[in-house]
Amino acid sequence: MKVDHSQPLEYSTEQNRLNILGFWIFLGAEIALFATLFASYFLLRNGTGSGPSDGEVFVIDTLMIQTFLLLTSSFTIGLGVHAMRLGRKTATINFFIVTLLLGLGFVGVEIYEFTQYIDEGLTLQTSGFSSALFTLLGTHGAHVTFGLFWGSFIIYQLITRGLTPETANKSFIFSLYWHFLDVVWIFIFSFVYLKGMI
Amino acid sequence: MEFFDRFAVPNPTFTIYASMVAIGLTMLAILVGITYFKKWGYLWREWLTTVDHKRIGIMYLISALLMLFRGGVDALMMRAQTAIPDNTFLNAQEYNEVFTTHGVVMILFMAMAFVMALMNFVTPLQIGARDVAFPRLNALSFWLYFMGAMLFNISFVIGGSPDSGWTSYFPLAGNEFSPSVGTNYYMLSIQIAGLGTLITGINFIVTILKMRAPGMTLMKMPMFTWSALITNLIIVFAFPVLTVALAMGTMDRLFGTHFFSIDNGGMDMLWANFFWVWGHPEVYILILPAFGIYSEIIPTFARRNLYGYKSMVISIVAISALSFLVWVHHFFTMGQGALVNSIFSISTMAIAVPTGVKIFNWLLTLWKGKIEFTTAMLYSVGFIPIFTIGGVTGVMLAMASADYQYHNTMFLVAHFHLVIIPGVVFAMIAGLFYWWPKMFGFMLNEKLGKASFWAIAVGVCLAFFPMFISGLDGQARRMYTYSESTGFGIWNMISFIGASMLAIGFILIVYNIYYSTRYASRDISSDPWNARSLEWATHSPVPDYNFAITPEVQSLEAFWDAKKKGHKLFKGNYKEIHMPNNSGVPFIMCCFFFLLGFALVFSMWVVAIIAAIGIFSCMAHRSLEQDHGHHISVEEITKTEEKLGGAKK
Ligand code: HEM
Ligand SMILES: [Cu+2]
Repeated sequence: MKVDHSQPLEYSTEQNRLNILGFWIFLGAEIALFATLFASYFLLRNGTGSGPSDGEVFVIDTLMIQTFLLLTSSFTIGLGVHAMRLGRKTATINFFIVTLLLGLGFVGVEIYEFTQYIDEGLTLQTSGFSSALFTLLGTHGAHVTFGLFWGSFIIYQLITRGLTPETANKSFIFSLYWHFLDVVWIFIFSFVYLKGMI
Repeated sequence: MEFFDRFAVPNPTFTIYASMVAIGLTMLAILVGITYFKKWGYLWREWLTTVDHKRIGIMYLISALLMLFRGGVDALMMRAQTAIPDNTFLNAQEYNEVFTTHGVVMILFMAMAFVMALMNFVTPLQIGARDVAFPRLNALSFWLYFMGAMLFNISFVIGGSPDSGWTSYFPLAGNEFSPSVGTNYYMLSIQIAGLGTLITGINFIVTILKMRAPGMTLMKMPMFTWSALITNLIIVFAFPVLTVALAMGTMDRLFGTHFFSIDNGGMDMLWANFFWVWGHPEVYILILPAFGIYSEIIPTFARRNLYGYKSMVISIVAISALSFLVWVHHFFTMGQGALVNSIFSISTMAIAVPTGVKIFNWLLTLWKGKIEFTTAMLYSVGFIPIFTIGGVTGVMLAMASADYQYHNTMFLVAHFHLVIIPGVVFAMIAGLFYWWPKMFGFMLNEKLGKASFWAIAVGVCLAFFPMFISGLDGQARRMYTYSESTGFGIWNMISFIGASMLAIGFILIVYNIYYSTRYASRDISSDPWNARSLEWATHSPVPDYNFAITPEVQSLEAFWDAKKKGHKLFKGNYKEIHMPNNSGVPFIMCCFFFLLGFALVFSMWVVAIIAAIGIFSCMAHRSLEQDHGHHISVEEITKTEEKLGGAKK
């Protein structure tokens, strides 16, 4: 394995560079995926049938907590990658742990939010609107949940193997994934919640 | 017993029972055969765990040929049923199942696999690479496709086949009108295979962008590689739409959601839109690699360089962009206003322009060329007129107001078969004949090859031209029978004769493979066609590492110029080569995918959860393992190269 020391660790081998480009393209596919989910949400938003509509169920407090948790986690993972560039292993690991804890908090609040909806009579099966809503939010939430597991595996490898071209590459790619989920959340925040509440 | 009831086929007939027995016996024979000849180890080491793009390509090829057989039997059954009026060979339900599986198998499991086969085998060689960017993911792609295809095919004997058309429009495909598990199979098997395709898309874009031989700029890439690049870009943006649509369809059927229902705020047209937002780009995913193949074969056998390389590149890029902007033409009749229809009418016709540019470029390549009619060339030249007829009738369909007359008649069926068969199928067969010596080190028999061409070319015209007439006369597609007074009988009889000729052509190809495997000379050069691109610069069959020395490229037709102008492709000495290790994980993971799909088809939740855990365990294993591949030493390279007939320098 040829290591190029003029590059940051995560870009230092040929395979690393391929991995990162590949992941960017994967994110392109993810954009197409979420775009389709958003499109179906917009089209089905008024298809409430006999169930409640968006304005009737959305609440502001959980929304603010979720947004705060996820945006902060995006910031901490940025710090984590920064620490990694400086070669500071412990700081990297700590920032990643904080990130995942924040993510865990996000998922917890989202589950609580879902139970609230169900209490108010809005389930996956209620209407076209509810199906699209739960699927859009659920797909995002499932991505975050998957990220929690994936991130834990990376932290474990950082602890046991240290900062190598391979672990740095994985950490960096994971951070791209995490930032992407944050961006998706901002769209959900604006076009699902804000739009529904005004 | 109650538990097993769900696996019963809803409309059993003698044929289905006979197939069950046949499938069971074949499986048993294969298992016994492998055990008897002690081939399990070989199969596992050399094929099930391989990550070599060439072997993966060959596995796609074998699967595609099997699926061609399956889809072909469906087609013959349909043509036999409609050959005479008021026929009772198939009843309405059987006919529905047969046209559904025919469409899905041919497009998703035959044509796609064939495209993947050639793309896998050829692209890395054409760009002078050792393998693809992510060999392990490449194996995963193949096995996902394979398990998806298997899942789809067992529906026939376990639980019943889907019967709502390859387009599976809702509400027809909903639980109310399609109560059997057939449509679950449709949703889940395509989902699994589609995931594999998406992964291939990512893999090949990175490979082509990042792993080209030194000196090969984008505008020095062979046309086939260009078409592969664009195709994979379309895949990456089109397949996620299908993923979402299938997931929603699955949820509607299994969990009672209301995406595509007609009550409670659902929207049935949402499915039609999503399906074609993916579906139209999908037809270009099939045709662009085919165009790429023709652009390799025509210059080779016209002994001239490709006319208008730059305009070829521009037109495939234009086609790929336009392909996302025309989907509404598949349902002009389903209730948009005149304005929307007009817009999509115009965008559809616009696609014919870059397509026409390509046709003229091939014609101008042939012009004044010293044409040599090999089998591959025959198919490529035969493609041009027949495809043009298919394309021109496409433009007729594109006129929204006229489409009210054509839509869902046999006229439409004639259109798309006359673009897909000469476009995609001819190209795949041509590619098969052309690259076969590279794959296996011997050539397919030319005499048999040419005979197959004539059977298939005449067959396709006989089978589909009459449908234009009966379609204009009002024969609707997907009708299992018609009365004598309609006068459709004669046209359908001609179609049946054409379909039988097609079948003969395909049997000739399979026989050719058998015959040539037994009798063809193994003593051929590595460049039997006097070709132009890099894949012909290495040995046939190709060694594991593709090129002993990475080639250096100076011009568009690198290998041709190496032969004619004395450009040196291989400079320097052998160096150690790094290669990826084999792995069984992709195969095992995809077995879990199969299990997951099967469990979801029958709503067996516990099994589904176990299978999902299996999948995640494989991913976890991949995350933790450290696999840096292996190295091939200089001595070993020297030995291999000498054995293969002298070092390539
Ligand atoms: C010259 C360019 C083309 C034009 C203008 C065109 C136009 C159309 C139109 C308007 C329809 C819908 C008609 C209807 O449903 O009433 C259609 C259907 C179709 N076309 Fe084309 N087409 C073209 C090329 C192709 C190519 C190259 C392929 C495949 C490789 C293809 C495959 C299909 C398929 C599979 C369907 C319909 C499938 C179904 O409804 O089951 N077309 N085409
Ligand atoms: Cu189309």
